[in-house]
Amino acid sequence: MPDMVSNLSGGGHLPSRVRDHFRTAEQQRESEMLGMWIFLATEVMFFGALFVAFTVYRTGYPQAFGAGSADMNIVLGSINTAILITSSLTMALAVHASEVGNQRWLQVLLVLTMLLGCVFLAIKGVEYYQHYLDHKMPAVWFEYSGADGSKVQMFFVFYFFMTGLHALHMLVGIGVLLVILGRSLAGSFSAEYHTPVAVAALYWSFVDIIWVFLFAIFYLQGLHVMR
Amino acid sequence: MTTPQAPPAAPSHIDYLSERQGIWPWLLTTDHKRIGLLYTASITGFFFIGGFFALLMRLHLLEPKGALFGLETYNKLFTMHGIIMVWFFLIPSIPGTLGNFLIPMMIGAKDLAFPKLNLASWYVFMTGGIVTLYSMLRGGVDTGWTFYVPFSTTYSTAYVAGAAIGIFIAGFSSIMTGLNFIVTIHRMRAPGMTWFRMPIFLWSMYATSLVLVLATPVLAITLLMVIFERLFRVGIFDPSLGGDPVLFQHMFWFYSHPAVYIMILPAMAVISEIIPTFSRKPIFGYTAVAYSSLGIAVVGFLVWGHHMFVAGLSVYSAMAFSFLSYLVAIPSAIKVFNWTATMVKGSVSWDTPMLYAIGFLGLFTIGGMTGLFLAALGIDVHVTDTYFVVAHFHYIMVGGAVMGYLGGVHYWWPKISGKMYPEGLARLSALIVFIGFNLTFFPQFILGYLGMPRRYAAYPDEFQFLHVLSTAGATILGVGYILPLCYLIWSWKYGKPAGRNPWRATGLEWQTSSPPPSHNFEVTPVCTHPAYDFEGMKEELELA
Ligand SMILES: [Cu+2]
Repeated sequence: MPDMVSNLSGGGHLPSRVRDHFRTAEQQRESEMLGMWIFLATEVMFFGALFVAFTVYRTGYPQAFGAGSADMNIVLGSINTAILITSSLTMALAVHASEVGNQRWLQVLLVLTMLLGCVFLAIKGVEYYQHYLDHKMPAVWFEYSGADGSKVQMFFVFYFFMTGLHALHMLVGIGVLLVILGRSLAGSFSAEYHTPVAVAALYWSFVDIIWVFLFAIFYLQGLHVMR
Repeated sequence: MTTPQAPPAAPSHIDYLSERQGIWPWLLTTDHKRIGLLYTASITGFFFIGGFFALLMRLHLLEPKGALFGLETYNKLFTMHGIIMVWFFLIPSIPGTLGNFLIPMMIGAKDLAFPKLNLASWYVFMTGGIVTLYSMLRGGVDTGWTFYVPFSTTYSTAYVAGAAIGIFIAGFSSIMTGLNFIVTIHRMRAPGMTWFRMPIFLWSMYATSLVLVLATPVLAITLLMVIFERLFRVGIFDPSLGGDPVLFQHMFWFYSHPAVYIMILPAMAVISEIIPTFSRKPIFGYTAVAYSSLGIAVVGFLVWGHHMFVAGLSVYSAMAFSFLSYLVAIPSAIKVFNWTATMVKGSVSWDTPMLYAIGFLGLFTIGGMTGLFLAALGIDVHVTDTYFVVAHFHYIMVGGAVMGYLGGVHYWWPKISGKMYPEGLARLSALIVFIGFNLTFFPQFILGYLGMPRRYAAYPDEFQFLHVLSTAGATILGVGYILPLCYLIWSWKYGKPAGRNPWRATGLEWQTSSPPPSHNFEVTPVCTHPAYDFEGMKEELELA
């Protein structure tokens, strides 16, 4: 306790990376981690509302949503799932590298994670383009010959809305990792100080987990309906 | 509540107001106190804009056929009044101003956990506000603040998307504020400041923050879907495209009922500080009052269906929502009874903050009790979408939240500005607010019960007397709001110096000078007393 107090009043003998309103480096680390966890809770509510809305309509229109899901490219979707899960692994290894203070490995693994993220987005773009060619892009070009046209279209509205939001989160994640990489190159991190890596990793893994659920509701549902 | 580590330092420090003057040091500040003042200035502006729309409506309703506007204009007036008051005044009111200013000081910290995030939240808020105001200037919105589909997504020709985007943006500032408060209360407390030594203000703000971070994202996504549907003309909620309008209502009220607690819990936070100080007694039933805030936050998430009793809910879910709505009354009543018990046998003084607190107690009780009428399925069907509902939620939001806000502003004004406001004038204007408020809204209970529907621009002749009363009340209320604006600004310059602790209150914020230095305390405070320990701190308080 006494040294906490002197830290607050003086502040001079805290490491320079500790912002001056914190009493200790530990307090700063805990605050930053807790902040990210709470942010992820808001993200759960954000995507959760969409999952609920999707589930309501899926329950209401099982046939139409099955028909929509049958148009998904299960091969590309599966590859993308594997890619994202791998990127979670490289991200976790990056956190480990940061903890042991191995900057070289940290940088390699960050680049690898970002590359995997970019490949995911590229494949996603290919899929979007295929939907466009299939005339399955609501508001741009949508055609469906069966009776349930508006309901199949709704499946695709949710598909583009939710995977689009997810892709946006991926882009933000790649941006965050770029910043982390820059800070590592600038020598900001050490075995003692690496909280931002862990905070970024929490976010990255969360975005990966969202994808696993998206994959399940959009790609897997149609498999047994149509084939 | 605490003893400073060292004797109070000589007044050699510079306070947060006089340090670094000019426009940029204010606009780029990360000091939670300055950000609190930025919020105060902005929400005051929004309050008077929203109030202006309300006044126009009340003037229009002087005549049964409507005195001033066409029907569409009237629709836009009540919509813009609602949107501005809910999202740009009530939601950020106490958290953005007093919450920002006080939370770090009450726990003995130098700042919130994330000062830059705090500043960003103000910019995000202002961006949302400007986008919304711009869409109003371009032609306004006519959907009502509730954005019900399919009118908002398909049929309205007004600037719905613009307003919705503004609210969507402002939502992120709510989330940032809530996140910052939660982390701050968890991690930034001074040595000795345990959870159960915290002033009740902090428990209530903590509960508010939980609602902010968990409910706001649902509103954000719901509005985003409305915007998407409207701009791209695809089916999400529109029944002609297979959508379900009731699903929209579920999602909207999943946020908007808890939003009521975002407005009222902070007012309860303020009241819980004022009443002990002006009764010279610790709050009665500290633990119960602390937990009841969390109880309100949790149960508040389970009652949204009471807004949809006539929207085609099944009988069973309506009964469940009705029962759960009754349940919220329990933690609310715990608070009211404990505040009242705090005053019993206390030496009560009638300074302005206490007048507002007592006004709050009465008006919140009326608002809460009429909420029980509305939670009852049978009565709700009779008064749904009438002035009864309007009166009920104004008793909560204006009689509760705004009274709490004004009480808090007066209570902490000496700390914020370092000056005393003119007490006589302040008491008079508190009285004017109380009278004006009741004259405005009590007749609306009767109007609603007699069948006057809300959002109508015209009404049968026999309702005119009550409508005229209501408009007269609104005018008085307007005077009651303009007076504090004038004398508070006046006192900023000409008021008597307040000194460190003019109310002889126990909170940590009163241990430091008024206005406080940039880092709040000369020395780290260490908390050695329970909250509201007027007995144990007697000597220190007499010194002040
Ligand atoms: Cu409600």
